[in-house]
Amino acid sequence: MTTRYFGQPIKRNEDPRLLTGQALFTDDVHLPNMLHVAFLRSDYAHAHIRSINVSAAQAIPGVVAIYTADDLGDYWRPGPLLVPPPPVKDLIFNPRMQVPLAKNKVRHVGEPIVVIVAESRYIAEDAAQQIFVDFEPLPAVVDIEKALAPDAPVIHPDLAHNLNAHVIQRKGDYAAIRDQAAVLIKRRFLYDRGTAAAMENRGIVADWDAKNEQLTMWDTTQAPIPIRNGIAAMLGLSERQVRVVAPFIGGGFGPKIMMFYPEEVLLPWISMRLNRPVKWIEDRSENFYATTQERGQVHEAEIALTRDGRVLGIHDLFLHDAGAYAPYGLTVALNSQCTLLGQYDVPHYYSEFKAVFTNKPIVTPYRGAGRQHGVFVMERLLDIAAKELGIDRVEIRRRNLIPPEKFPYNNEIIYQDFAPLIYDSGNYAPALDKALALIDYTNFIQTEQPRLRAEGKLVGLGLVTYVEGTGIGPYEGAKVTIETSGRVSVATGIGTQGQGHYTVFAQVVAEQLGVNVENVRLVTGDTAEFYWGAGTFASRGAVVAGNAIHAAAVKVRQKILKRASEDLEAAEEDLELVDGTVRVKGSPSTAIKLGELAARLNPLRGAVKPGAEPGLEATDYFGPERGATASGVHAMIVEVDPETMQVEIKKYIAVHDCGVVINPMILEGQIQGGVAQGIGNAFYEQLIFDENGQLLNASFMDYLLPTADTVPRVEMDHVETRSPLNPLGIKGAGEAGAIPVGPLFAQAVEDALIGYNIEILEIPLSPNRLFELVLEPQQGS
Amino acid sequence: MKPAPFLYFAPNSLDEALLLLAQYGDEGKVLAGGQSLIPTMNFRLAQPAVLIDLNLIAELFYVRAQADGPLHIGAMTRQRTLERDPLIAAHAPLLQATMPHIAHPQIRNRGTIGGSLAHADPAAELPAVALALNAQLRLRSQHNERWVAARDFYRGLFTTALAADEMLVEIALPSLPPRTGWSIQEMARRHGDYAIVGVAATLTLDEQGRCTQATLALLSVGEGPVQAQQAIKLLQGELPTPALLAAAAATTAQIDIDPTADIHASVAFRRHLAQVLTRKALTEAFERAKR
Repeated sequence: MTTRYFGQPIKRNEDPRLLTGQALFTDDVHLPNMLHVAFLRSDYAHAHIRSINVSAAQAIPGVVAIYTADDLGDYWRPGPLLVPPPPVKDLIFNPRMQVPLAKNKVRHVGEPIVVIVAESRYIAEDAAQQIFVDFEPLPAVVDIEKALAPDAPVIHPDLAHNLNAHVIQRKGDYAAIRDQAAVLIKRRFLYDRGTAAAMENRGIVADWDAKNEQLTMWDTTQAPIPIRNGIAAMLGLSERQVRVVAPFIGGGFGPKIMMFYPEEVLLPWISMRLNRPVKWIEDRSENFYATTQERGQVHEAEIALTRDGRVLGIHDLFLHDAGAYAPYGLTVALNSQCTLLGQYDVPHYYSEFKAVFTNKPIVTPYRGAGRQHGVFVMERLLDIAAKELGIDRVEIRRRNLIPPEKFPYNNEIIYQDFAPLIYDSGNYAPALDKALALIDYTNFIQTEQPRLRAEGKLVGLGLVTYVEGTGIGPYEGAKVTIETSGRVSVATGIGTQGQGHYTVFAQVVAEQLGVNVENVRLVTGDTAEFYWGAGTFASRGAVVAGNAIHAAAVKVRQKILKRASEDLEAAEEDLELVDGTVRVKGSPSTAIKLGELAARLNPLRGAVKPGAEPGLEATDYFGPERGATASGVHAMIVEVDPETMQVEIKKYIAVHDCGVVINPMILEGQIQGGVAQGIGNAFYEQLIFDENGQLLNASFMDYLLPTADTVPRVEMDHVETRSPLNPLGIKGAGEAGAIPVGPLFAQAVEDALIGYNIEILEIPLSPNRLFELVLEPQQGS
Repeated sequence: MKPAPFLYFAPNSLDEALLLLAQYGDEGKVLAGGQSLIPTMNFRLAQPAVLIDLNLIAELFYVRAQADGPLHIGAMTRQRTLERDPLIAAHAPLLQATMPHIAHPQIRNRGTIGGSLAHADPAAELPAVALALNAQLRLRSQHNERWVAARDFYRGLFTTALAADEMLVEIALPSLPPRTGWSIQEMARRHGDYAIVGVAATLTLDEQGRCTQATLALLSVGEGPVQAQQAIKLLQGELPTPALLAAAAATTAQIDIDPTADIHASVAFRRHLAQVLTRKALTEAFERAKR
């Protein structure tokens, strides 16, 4: 029997290098003669720049160059719009993109104004302190609900208001069914900002080699190929003159797909100008302002139901905080709009949003990328409806699940990939049943909870469902090569940030070629190794690059079988690929090693047949017609301390369906990590801006990330519903864990505090906020 | 996040260090464990011209006990040592019990008792515990030495009785009278965070079970460690019934402290926590005193 690689919990190929400190990160790049870069950033959220005086800084020994916007000449221009708006009727879209260095005006705290290049980072920061900017402070737009007020300060004066976009999407006719509803429930929901806080901040090393006219750039980006293409165009170089390497990266989570950050634009330009390598490593303070953030939305949502809890329709108006610039188009807000309906068969939906500019750091996708908000609104509406109708919260969900026979299921609105929001496949009830079993729902509700409550313990349960649109296009590619040593090399264009690509992609190849996973060497994120691709985002690495690698591996397998069939004088159907050899079934000694076969296909002398391709190598591409929809159910049990309002998670379970699983161990790691970020988002993390747009907690002393002792071990189970949209049948899993935690937290804590009769309509929470919520009804009475 | 330039000295003796401090005065800053000073310098919130590193001064690292006399602790004694030293466990169990609340082991490996006491962060545990234990602090300058009680040492936000040329060199803790119980209680968002509110208490009973002496010091509710003086008066000479302890807790929360709001807690929540934690601390101290 042949060994299976696909679907096995194989240990990660990359871990020995990572765990022994041998992996290359951007800050590990040390080049001779290298200079260091620091930025002077705005202290104001909104201000005119009257003048900039750099003369004292320039006089500091070791300072090599100082540039302001004016020094950039024609190179100064706003960044590109990354994602154009979708084809939605009557859509209003006012794109305004970030600039390399602020000119005349700053629009958020931390916006770069001056770049300093020096012999060391210390000297560069000393110089930054000696630069004097004369600001004329302006009132700041901080509260998104005031951004569109007639008297609101205008952030982009050419617009005359702060509207970034206005989008309406409809399914059915909500207005028409509203009158037929037995119950209408309307609430206002808040979801506030957090930051991804990747363990590794951003960083760039740029090295212009004048003799070879080659630019090499190490960049903590999730999208090395688009960075290469853009930088080459900006600098007037051929794409072949620019090599972008995204080495090991300590976490991406979305903000590292943003492009082009001002630093990415400036470092290569500086290196060419000074003819020396330059390095900039973002420090943690900068990361709180200079790296993009997410999550600020306010929803006014209404649900219409029948008496027996069938959802007739949803009406949602929401405001989305775009930050000071909006280079990423409408992706986040569209995700909110398109994820709200979740696993439910909702015939009528009206969703309208306005994205607004604020004097806060730029908003682009961060793990979940707007999906959180939609799930929060829907799940909370269902919880409130269940209470009002006297229906069990699980039952109301079950009654509204899309039944398996309705797939593919068309939600009739446009998704972030501009394709119609059609769920490819799904089977929701079995996951719900598994979740009920794992959390021991009936026993907890009927026995445990009453017993613990009688002891005075405030215990509560939460259970929510969600979907995640994953694996969107356009495409990725891969090249698979069998070397004469028998080792296999695989190159793909996407970057890797810790997901386990080196292992899961090796498994995909090993499955086709019958080689050990350890013998498959993967190169990702180096434009010199693979030319084409888009990047790692939207939970698409495994789906899109994985299927491209699969396609290339299948081609190599065909080449092996064709040549081996000739050499072994056996039909292709009678051959098998095992242990790095191709052999005749039932006759294991009639075999050729794959390396030997590769050598035969690359002769040094003699003649080959007309049309012969050398070696055992193939390149192929994959692009799905649209994204695959993953789904899941999370449940948890919490205990709230009524004296301190601390919340302890007693148990956390997740049942997940991301189609066919490549490596269940890596998948569970993804879910566990996502849940950790979700818990942070729900209860610990919140970026707090004052009325002037100053961030009040820009350090890990006050911005609280979840720690090992606040995140429980997630118990997991899986359902596998194949995606029909790709040959491997897989769906993405990268963001899933983080998506449903907000509403789950809200439901569980509300259940624990049932005696206080509160409704939780906001995320994040905190002990202080729970204390206020509990006091509110008491003060009202 | 790189510090501004500074001169760095690493003297081997206390005399050398005091000489440097006399020489540089306000310009100079002593470096103990560095767990607050170094981040502050990296943020460039502090830009001392001169750093005097005390980490090579062996004579500042010690824990000594005399029979029935006070416990003496050198200012550079690491917090991790306080956590593990059997003398601390035997003579100052409240101090030992406080340690796990202070950040994380990696930080306690560097952090020192003297550094924390002299830094006078209102959210730090050690200043409040020093008040609760009636600590005496020995301050040295090049030519002088004086002892100051912890309750006189704290003068406001990050402010102490230390003169520019003075250094805290030793902490003396009087031994606890018989029938004394103690407790440390705090509420932090995550384990190891600065507490939103914390309370350190001791309670001493006479043979009839009346309270002869109580100490009650809170952190994160004022500009420095705060003694709950009215609450202490309530307890004096009384039987510590649950009702009395609850009344003392209420007095602490409503009268003795004047907390401010920050991003983690409102004034109301801080008062609420102060009440809850004070009641817990007094109750636990009372239980220990009865044993």
